[in-house]
Amino acid sequence: MHELPVTQSILKIALDHAEKANAQRITALNIVMGELSSMVDDSIQFYWEIVAKDTIAEKAMLNFRRVPAELQCMTCFHKYHPTDKELVCPQCGGVGAKIIAGEEFALESIDVE
Amino acid sequence: MPTNVPVVENILNANDRLAQENRTRIDAAGVFSINILASPGAGKTSLIEQTLPLLKGRLRVATVDGDIATSIDADRAAAAGAGAAIQINTGGDCHLDAVMLRGALEQLDLTQYDLLIVENVGNLVCPANFKLGTHKTVLVASVPEGDDKPYKYPGTYRGVDALVINKIDLLPYVNFRMDYFQQGVQVLNPGVTTFPLSCRTGEGLDTWVEWLVQNAKK
Repeated sequence: MHELPVTQSILKIALDHAEKANAQRITALNIVMGELSSMVDDSIQFYWEIVAKDTIAEKAMLNFRRVPAELQCMTCFHKYHPTDKELVCPQCGGVGAKIIAGEEFALESIDVE
Repeated sequence: MPTNVPVVENILNANDRLAQENRTRIDAAGVFSINILASPGAGKTSLIEQTLPLLKGRLRVATVDGDIATSIDADRAAAAGAGAAIQINTGGDCHLDAVMLRGALEQLDLTQYDLLIVENVGNLVCPANFKLGTHKTVLVASVPEGDDKPYKYPGTYRGVDALVINKIDLLPYVNFRMDYFQQGVQVLNPGVTTFPLSCRTGEGLDTWVEWLVQNAKK
């Protein structure tokens, strides 16, 4: 449900940057989306077709670059991918980790004409 | 031929900026503010209901209640002694955002209060992503929800400043492994303050109330 305001936000950022670049048309948006961002790309795609209608971004492709979650153990510094059953370090069993990837949610670039 | 224009802008920036404006407004009034997150039924409103009478004469409290519909929660907070109880109906949205809180703050004379309690929409998924501008985020977990919740909702569990574990009076009756739960919490949020308590029996509420008072008097 929260993807509607989020999609409107994506459109606004894209239109602002397209205007600065004097673009006639936006052909693609390149979005980076971390595994832990709690965003659903299908849902963004669904709202996109509604919010982008009648703008210079209508028909633009949404390209999602997904980033897997990565944690780093603060005891042995091993890097690992957490599962929904286990968050502790698989190497040393350490508790206390830092998220080093997976929370990204940004518009990286747009393709314009 | 299309050209690529680099953007690199955080999509939730607009909300984050408004959250900062809310914080400035709250700080200017010298108010301590918390954002309470939980799944539906964990006991957010019960916690507020039990807390308000214990703060009577110590802190002046305003509450803002976010719900998809109805004013049941704000009514309960007002009945329990909140100096002001503002209801925000999100009209279907699954979380409060900074714009909604700004609308509520405009209805309050913040200088009349010491503590602002914002009760978010019951949901463990997205409220954590939308900053409101409050000083601390408090998660209310509850024993019957199960001990696997930190593992299933790491985004919410890692971002909170304090954790209330409600309904501890039910521990003898449900299969809740406190050590497994706490381990999940500590992996992503080492050292987070926890308050095991029961809104029904009142056990543990005093420590929680002291934490609020200490923070509000800072």
